[in-house]
Amino acid sequence: MKILARIGFWLLVLMIAMFSLFPFYYAVISSFRSGTELFSVAYLPERFDLVNYLAVFQRQPFGRNILNSIAVAGSVVALSLALGITAAYAFGRISFRGRSLLLFTILGVSMFPQVAVLSGMFELIRSFGLYNTIPGLILANLMLTMPFTIWVLTTFMRELPKEIEEAAFVDGATPWIVVRRVFLPLMAPAAVTTGLLAFIVSWNEFLFALTFTLTNEQRTVPPAIALMTGSTAYELPWGAIMAASVIVTLPIIALVLVFQRRIVAGITAGAVKG
Amino acid sequence: MSDAVAGRITPASARRRRSSLSRSRVRAAWLFIAPPLIVLGLVAGWPLARTIWFSFTDANLNNLREYEFIGFENYLANYDGEWLGLLTDPDWWRSVWNTVWFALVSVSIETVLGMLVALILNAAFPGRGIMRAIILIPWAIPTVVSAKMWNWMLHDQFGVINDMLLRIGLISAPITWTASPDTALWTVVMVDVWKTTPFIALLILAALQMLPQDIYEAARVDGIHPIRVFFRVTLPLIRPALLVAVIFRALDALRVFDLIYVLTANSRDTMSMSVYARQQLVDFQEVGLGSAASTLIFLIIALLVVVTMTVGRLRFGEDAR
Repeated sequence: MKILARIGFWLLVLMIAMFSLFPFYYAVISSFRSGTELFSVAYLPERFDLVNYLAVFQRQPFGRNILNSIAVAGSVVALSLALGITAAYAFGRISFRGRSLLLFTILGVSMFPQVAVLSGMFELIRSFGLYNTIPGLILANLMLTMPFTIWVLTTFMRELPKEIEEAAFVDGATPWIVVRRVFLPLMAPAAVTTGLLAFIVSWNEFLFALTFTLTNEQRTVPPAIALMTGSTAYELPWGAIMAASVIVTLPIIALVLVFQRRIVAGITAGAVKG
Repeated sequence: MSDAVAGRITPASARRRRSSLSRSRVRAAWLFIAPPLIVLGLVAGWPLARTIWFSFTDANLNNLREYEFIGFENYLANYDGEWLGLLTDPDWWRSVWNTVWFALVSVSIETVLGMLVALILNAAFPGRGIMRAIILIPWAIPTVVSAKMWNWMLHDQFGVINDMLLRIGLISAPITWTASPDTALWTVVMVDVWKTTPFIALLILAALQMLPQDIYEAARVDGIHPIRVFFRVTLPLIRPALLVAVIFRALDALRVFDLIYVLTANSRDTMSMSVYARQQLVDFQEVGLGSAASTLIFLIIALLVVVTMTVGRLRFGEDAR
């Protein structure tokens, strides 16, 4: 009976792992196959053919798309963290009138449906002359990352013991010095966590990127993959699409494997403790 | 939540705060939060206000400068006895129904499966850390990419899912998963379950790991059946965390866009509210009508947020006592 239960348990674990990993595994196998090979199903890797990977970079500006994505996600992370850390200090360590209301408003913004700002954002971006540009996407994505950056950093900030800054204040330090000298180093792990989450959100963002860009050269990776077409309109280049999918997923998987604990901490800090 | 904030300030410390030091700190606080507030006002508040304003105009995407105020005509209008506008469009109501159905079904399945996965990962076994990383992978893969991966796996002619099911004899002919009206929405649900069950599982797992172990010790000593322990002890204790996870997921599901747009394009059978609004706005260039749809989506979600926050606060209040 005990042994049966153990076997059942491991079967369940195995099933969860299979279910989680199979689509990615299948995408990897498919990306190494091309032409008519793709019209038959294969469960095991047969050969190692990089023709699809070359095609992605030769037939599309995919290298450019990746650079765009990195530029957008990187800038969004930097801006969100820079603006978020000082705000989190104010929200987490100083009591002032209207603090709860403001915090809840910010939490409310993080629950905005993206589509609710779409036409207003379109107008804003066009009036700044940022339509079909990378800065336009950076601006739009701030709406998605800033609220939860502030929220998560604030929850982390609250957990630090009170004595930390009191000593500094007794010594006559200004709030700005306290943030820079005392909290910035202490918040480094939290900033890494939040930055990672913001990076993933921005890297995966689709609706704004699809709507506010026009040419393939300005697109980030998600719309580039979604709109990838083959030589004819009816035939999708599945091999190339899978190759592109594998390329953009690998860095994310690497991040997840390396920073697993931090990401989980960030997700739970944003939801449970909030 | 705000109670926890207020709880930090004791009367004594409040009196001490009236010193010049604390006044300068409050000033610093406003200085610190001003830049992010201005940015948020610019990228969230202002566009939202403009969207609501556009919903009362006949603006067109080609020229956003010239438009006229037309009142509620985008929502409901009467021309020569014929009712027109968003609220009379069967496609809009179809998208509302699709979205609500999708949110209810997918979040329910994800909650049950997420609970199961969390309970398994809560057991101590070798390789638990690796498993935790593995289930994070579907969550971290860009939605567009997972939609494409599943599109390929679900391909009606060359897809691996049809091949598997044919091999084990569960179906006799290939199924057109994403195109057939009978299966399309279920397919969307399935991919969403694959992608977001990890999120719920991790939130539940975090709650499970904070539970005091002595209760379980006592239950084991008393010989109470594990299933009974789960429903009587575990479930009530993790209820607040579970509630938060479900609300977050439900709000996310109600604004679903990427998954449906990539998986089934602008098909009527699966169109969500967000897909509908974007189609009006961008494909048909009808900024007025599209903004009206966006405004309604915002109102629906805002209403839900307010309701859950009030109910949630009452709940948490009870738990605290």
